[in-house]
Amino acid sequence: MTTKTQTRLKTAAVPLVPGRPDRRRRPLRDKFADPVFNTVAIVVLLLAIAAVVYPLYFVLIASISDPNQIYEGNVWFFPQGITFEGYQRIFADARIWQGLGNTILYTVVGTAISVTAILCGAYALSRKDLPGRKIFMLVFVVTMFFDGGLITKYLVVRDLGMLNTMWAVVLPGAVGVWNLIIARAFFEQSIPDELREAAQIDGANDFTFFLKMVLPLSKSLIMLMIMIHVVANWNSFFDALIFLNDDSKYPLQLVLRNILIQSDITSTGTTGGDITSYAAAQRIAELTKYAMIVVSSLPLMIALPFMQKHFTKGALIGAVKN
Amino acid sequence: MYGVQIAFRNYNPIDGFSGSPWVGLDNFVRFIHSYQFTQVIGNTLWIAVLGLLVAFPVPIVLALVVNQLQSERFKKFTQTVLYSPAFISTVVVVGIMFVLLSPRSGLVNNVIKLTGGEPIFFMGSPEWFRPVYVISDVWQNAGFSMIVYLAALASVDPALHDAAKVDGASKFQRVRHIDLPGITPVITILFILAIGNLLNVGFEKALLMQTDLNLSTSEVIQTYVYHAGLQQAQFSYSAAIGLFNSILNLALLLTFNWIARRTHQASLW
Repeated sequence: MTTKTQTRLKTAAVPLVPGRPDRRRRPLRDKFADPVFNTVAIVVLLLAIAAVVYPLYFVLIASISDPNQIYEGNVWFFPQGITFEGYQRIFADARIWQGLGNTILYTVVGTAISVTAILCGAYALSRKDLPGRKIFMLVFVVTMFFDGGLITKYLVVRDLGMLNTMWAVVLPGAVGVWNLIIARAFFEQSIPDELREAAQIDGANDFTFFLKMVLPLSKSLIMLMIMIHVVANWNSFFDALIFLNDDSKYPLQLVLRNILIQSDITSTGTTGGDITSYAAAQRIAELTKYAMIVVSSLPLMIALPFMQKHFTKGALIGAVKN
Repeated sequence: MYGVQIAFRNYNPIDGFSGSPWVGLDNFVRFIHSYQFTQVIGNTLWIAVLGLLVAFPVPIVLALVVNQLQSERFKKFTQTVLYSPAFISTVVVVGIMFVLLSPRSGLVNNVIKLTGGEPIFFMGSPEWFRPVYVISDVWQNAGFSMIVYLAALASVDPALHDAAKVDGASKFQRVRHIDLPGITPVITILFILAIGNLLNVGFEKALLMQTDLNLSTSEVIQTYVYHAGLQQAQFSYSAAIGLFNSILNLALLLTFNWIARRTHQASLW
């Protein structure tokens, strides 16, 4: 990838010989083709950006607006009748705190397990002297395209006695094959065999080499893996939904689902918008939902600019492999 | 994988995996003859094909356009903004849908009311499930998929562009005849992968978006497995359906990989 960028720089520096415009070969419309293209491109992108940003922005301003104003459709670009009641309610809700605590626990433990397992496994698979390397890889790759399905997974977890424990959430999906392939590609590209031979001559065995040479050289990969897993663990809810049945063990996303979505199904019936105390309570509930969306996505959104570099790099490793 | 055998047995908890009686293909036959079969398969195919047709090209177009931007800063800004929704969890995305599409207070219905229309109960109507599903999919994932195409575009030889410029090609012509062919192999590979997962349609999202009112379009193979298997404890029956799904996926993947190899000389392996 780096060589390509270098070529680009080099060729860009070479001054182009401006071709003499040939009237017959260049019809008139060509003069307008590029400005039109540029304008269309920018309009398309601005629309796309607006389509992504506006819903999120709306949720943000709605979370601090007076719910009655939202109902009457007065909230468009600025919060109306500012109130923080939604947030106060969330922070007073014990379920949210418990969910948050569980999520942090699962995220830390899950990420630690996944990253350790992937680094070790991928490094072993990147070594050309590993016996049966192709077979191991095949076994992993097959699971990418063919799996036993939900039910067998559930029964295996159950028979291992992990139901309703943290392990059911952090272990089954610990090693994603795609991540394993990315990590293996990284090791293959950036850890030359000569390095290991040199280290061996200096008396390093495989463990010392892995710990003292490979890992320090793979900082960017490790960062990428940590981020992928933090995001995935933070956002996951499904394993918790099928494997956990004790409220006190629910991660934040499952708590959110129960409050944000489930409660909506039961309450959004055919009831009209007449002003009763029931309706008022519902409006507060709506407000809490907006606030909850903000609270649960904000940590990752704030971290995003810092993570971007690593994720782009991950896409590059993946693309090279493709 | 070992557990797959229960698809061919009549599983009961007392005899366990290896002790339950063999029933051969009975579970599969029962599924194919069940009255939900056409509906569930139909729903799955509908969403999968619609999703593929709409959601697959969008990131390609975005990447081609973003790649042509002159300003590095605007380029970077666009990328960050467009892929930020990928970091929002499915639960929250569906939560956002519920609040924004709410018939009484939602943003979308406020717009509809403003323009004089009748509010629509999006999450409770079967006919809206598919559009909402596909659009939110594009909203959440297009930016992230774009990154891979951008990476591929970075390796298109700039000398080709320079040569085309000298020959008087417009920007659009260069995008069409240089950039697009340049990333065709990546497009093909990602397309094959998408086909391989065709029937796994964002199962989590379908499950989250499901309400009692839109079941007739929102019940897909995977959610059906979940309901029949885990909620009604018909383990063997639903394991068979899961296996059926896996096999279909694999068959689709192999077929398209074969076609791609014949026509584009691109293949997964």
